[in-house]
This record gives sequence, C-alpha cells and structure tokens, in this order.
Amino acid sequence: MGSQLLDEATEIDLLQRAKTGDFEAFQQLVVRLQPRVYGLTFRILQQTQDAEDATQQTFLALIEHIADFRAESSLATWVLRIATNNALKILRKKRAAKMASMTDVTSEDSYNDVPHPDFIAPWSQTADEIVQQAEVQAELQKALSELDDKYRLVFILRDIEGLSVRETAEAMELTESTVKVRLLRARLALRERLTRKFGDALQVMTPDHKHS
Amino acid sequence: MTCEELLKALNEYVDGAHLTEVCEEFSQHLAGCNPCQVVVDNIRQTIALYRDGQRYEMPKGFEDRLQLSLKSRWEEKFGQASSAKVGN
Repeated sequence: MGSQLLDEATEIDLLQRAKTGDFEAFQQLVVRLQPRVYGLTFRILQQTQDAEDATQQTFLALIEHIADFRAESSLATWVLRIATNNALKILRKKRAAKMASMTDVTSEDSYNDVPHPDFIAPWSQTADEIVQQAEVQAELQKALSELDDKYRLVFILRDIEGLSVRETAEAMELTESTVKVRLLRARLALRERLTRKFGDALQVMTPDHKHS
Repeated sequence: MTCEELLKALNEYVDGAHLTEVCEEFSQHLAGCNPCQVVVDNIRQTIALYRDGQRYEMPKGFEDRLQLSLKSRWEEKFGQASSAKVGN
C-alpha cells in the first residue's frame, strides 16, 4: 500500500513536470503506461500493427491534452479511455459494415433469453495454476476472439482492464445498463467455454431448480 | 427469485456488490444451491485467468519508434530545448 502511495506521488510529480514541458518526465510517464495501453489496444484490435498505431496515437493525443488533465480521475484511467477510443476508431474503419452492431442497442441487450449456464463443474485447478500451462494463452485468445465485438469489448474494458461499469459505458458510448447486460453475456459465454475445458468432468452438476 | 433477477444478481454479486438487497437474496439462494456457487466461482476464475494470464509484450523496436515520434511532436509543441537533454 505504501509503495502505491509513493507511486501516485511520483506520478503527480512527473505529470506536473511534464505539463511545464519536461520531456524526460513525460517519457517516464509513457514508459509506465505503455504496457497497459499496448495490451489494451492489442486485445481490442488483435493485430500488432494496429495496436502500435493506436498506442502511438494515444500518446500523441496525451501530448496535445496533457495541460487539460485534472486529477479527478487517475491518469491511467484517462489514458486508457483515449486508447479505447483510438482502438475503436481503427476497428470501426476495418469493420465498417459490422460495427453498427456494436453501439446499436438490440433485443440481446436485455436479460431475456440470456443463455443459462449449461456445463457446470468446479475447475480442477485454480486460475493461478492454469495460467502456467503452455497452451492456455492461445486458448484464452481464441475464446475471446470468437465473442461478438460488442461482448468482447465490454469484457476487455471492465473485467480485464478493470474500468468501472460507468467508465466502460462512457468509453463505449453506451448506457450503464446495456454494459451490464453485455458483460453478463460475455462472462457467461466465456465461463461456459472455459469450464468445458478446465472443469472437473467427474464433478459435473445440474441445478435442481429451473430459473424460469 | 425470477430468472431475470437471478441473472442480474449474478453479475452484481461477482462484482462484489454484496450489500444490495437483491444480492442479499442471492446470497441466501447461493447458500443452498451448490451449482449456483460453482457458476459464481467459475466466472471469478474466468476473469482472474484473463486478468493475470494475458500479457502482451510490445514488439521489438516499437518502444524506440514510439519515443522518436513522441519526441518530435514534443519539440513542435514545447520547442527543441525542452527535450535537448534527453536522447542526445
């Protein structure tokens, strides 16, 4: 906890110096933020060159707007929001036809007909243990990439990047309630798929009640 | 609880909003419903796996290219002197 406070103090100090034109301070901020920015844009775009472009645009935008930054949100959250917007712009261009579906609200954005958990079993290993396995990365990537964009994006922003529901809604230009429904669908879909892979086949269970 | 209430509660419960009324009810349901407990646990593990399990390294050379382009924009904005002491 102490180091986090120290870290925040350093961040504020670097930010102050950068605002006055100190490039070295700005550079240090970039080095701190770039793994998250690159990771986020890569997750959204799934392509190296596009992720580099979005990352670069994000930090160029940070140069333009650094003087406007007020410390009411964390710098990381602010930068991640810029990064999300840049990545979405690139994604929209690439998927001109399909992208309408991302911000359009449809009947799938309600709780009606949300697919119920089907394969239910405790996992035979913890997430910590599973992470160590060699092919898990590819498996996770594949499961995520097969989700519809509109579900994939809220899962990335909310659950992987740790933005709040509200911040996710702002970044995606959606209402908070739409974000929640999409998040639920994304979580259930990924749960289903990963549980079929990592669930203990000897402990599969069926609910003794029907929720309908 | 109706199905819709249960699903809504599931999401909020996973997010740790245990204090709301609907989650209170969900907690009571969970206590007597093993499959639902397992679903909650599965979802939490799924999130943990994605959070901790995927790190994307920046491609080699990208950091240098990025710094160069940022430096040149910085100099346009703040003038040459501002970055003179860095990167020679």
